[in-house]
Amino acid sequence: MPNTGVPGGFPADSVGLVTPRNVAIERPLTLDCGKTLPRFELMVETYGELNAARSNAILICHALSGDHHAAGYHAPPPGQKPGWWDSCIGPGKPIDTNRFHVIALNNLGGCRGSTGPNTANPDTGKPWGPDFPIVTVRDWVRSQALLADALGVRQWAAVIGGSLGGFQVMQWAIDFPGRIRHAIVIAAAPKLSAQNIAFNEIARQAILSDPEFHAGHFYAHGVVPSRGLKLARMLGHITYLSDAAMREKFGSMLKSGVMSFNYDVEFEVESYLRYQGQSFVDRFDANTYLLMTKALDYFDPARDFGDSLADAFRRATAKFLVVAFSSDWRFAPARSREIVRALVEAGRDVSYALIDSQLGHDDFLMPLPEYNRVLRTYLGRVGTESEIPPIPPFAKGEERVLPPLQKGAARSAGGFE
Amino acid sequence: MSGYTNGLRPDLALITEWIEPGSRILDLGCGDGALLAHLAKTRNVRGYGLEIDPDNIARCLQAGVNVIEADVDDGLKDFRDGSFDYVVMTQALQATQRPDRVVSEILRVGRTGIVTFPNFGHWRVRLALALGRMPATPALPDTWYGTANIHLCTVADFEDLCRERGWSVRRRSLMGTDLDLSPFSRLMPNLLSEVALYMLEAPDRA
Repeated sequence: MPNTGVPGGFPADSVGLVTPRNVAIERPLTLDCGKTLPRFELMVETYGELNAARSNAILICHALSGDHHAAGYHAPPPGQKPGWWDSCIGPGKPIDTNRFHVIALNNLGGCRGSTGPNTANPDTGKPWGPDFPIVTVRDWVRSQALLADALGVRQWAAVIGGSLGGFQVMQWAIDFPGRIRHAIVIAAAPKLSAQNIAFNEIARQAILSDPEFHAGHFYAHGVVPSRGLKLARMLGHITYLSDAAMREKFGSMLKSGVMSFNYDVEFEVESYLRYQGQSFVDRFDANTYLLMTKALDYFDPARDFGDSLADAFRRATAKFLVVAFSSDWRFAPARSREIVRALVEAGRDVSYALIDSQLGHDDFLMPLPEYNRVLRTYLGRVGTESEIPPIPPFAKGEERVLPPLQKGAARSAGGFE
Repeated sequence: MSGYTNGLRPDLALITEWIEPGSRILDLGCGDGALLAHLAKTRNVRGYGLEIDPDNIARCLQAGVNVIEADVDDGLKDFRDGSFDYVVMTQALQATQRPDRVVSEILRVGRTGIVTFPNFGHWRVRLALALGRMPATPALPDTWYGTANIHLCTVADFEDLCRERGWSVRRRSLMGTDLDLSPFSRLMPNLLSEVALYMLEAPDRA
């Protein structure tokens, strides 16, 4: 990436040096599983200024292995990698930090500083490990709403997320219609397919069957289930790339030109997967991986609405932008069209762009010109309307966070329109 | 084309008058979203445009128009029967793989269909062909090798198809663009109209 015209040697369109901070939520959160966390902490990063009307805040929801470090650098270059969506977030970038106040977090149950399996259980003083409750996408959205309260954001100009992040965006629009003006759902699906769940199950089995997993209590043994976690990540990476991209990137030529008749690395793709798997082990927690895959599997916003996604979306009032990538087979464009179809049926405002792409699911993290133009153009309008302050303050005593949905309780959704 | 009405293409301006306020509309091949934006502003009409061109999709997003990337030739399978008050297709029918199937889909999804197309029976077209050349007219400006139009038809051809399929023509407007030919175009529409507009309904609704 180009110029380094900014003090500290950061690229000119970078948010520069960023410092994560820990936000303690001193309010109880009752989870879908029935357990209650009396308090919790979330790691966040913010970029750009919140305007006086507090109308320009954007929430970034991360995918399976993401975290709060979405943009900028934790230390000056060289040698530093920027946040996971730095291509999209920054001054003058599609999510323009000159206009928007961008908030990124590490989700509850994560392993990058937010309350999760690798943080201390207050009852025991030891890591939660497998005792950390399995959270759902709905739980995440509720925890994010409490975070918004803590940060003084009553209504998001937009909530944006790709993949599992996109699931959270849809849930936001359904569960908190008054608190989100625009929902940007990228490379997502209305729920997982049997094939998606199957991949997750193999990943979980890889971790669970690693002898060093110790039923999730590996912290006490001073080990990590690195073989299982590595296998899980290798499998994941296959689903993030298209067949064509793998062919282009690695080919299927023997590295040395001759067969060596053993199980060492002989093909490029093997060394890629081993490298990706190994580097993941060094930065990720096995219990968090299990929990994240389960949250993916459980996600199905239609479940509470008689399996009608359109009925679920009838509660939403946000305007939607849905984006899919032609080479993505993990959450293929047909899955995004299911979302669009349900939104149209529900009479909601929605635009849909299919981006011509090569890489596969991972394209949602890439600075593809067409993709960037769609986001930039859409968010340009969001930014313009955010300059007019439309949001009334909370009425006194108004419930800010909806209680957990009781199964079947919200079948008639008319009151939310 | 010569004149613009309030910045809107004349056929779009006329369609605007045909559409009931507050209705729900699907615009196939919506271009830059001008019709939808105008209808939203003046008639409180809500709807979606289908478009495949990335530049046009960006223009729609810019205009705040709901745009869905989809190829009309793939059918309207994502849309339910009778789910729109109007399904509109302006100046694009002749560029589809099977115009007859597209109109059937329009009348399945919409309670009312509105289609407009350049009339290949217009005298300018006939004159060009009589002189041995493919026509290049204001309504059909592209070269024969560069045009997207693969299924051009005349007003008479289209009305034959409507009769054959049992589509009822609720309204028709035939527009000449260079002269006010309205008294004459009623007499010789196939010769004198450059652009044809039809409001159609499916047989079971007629």
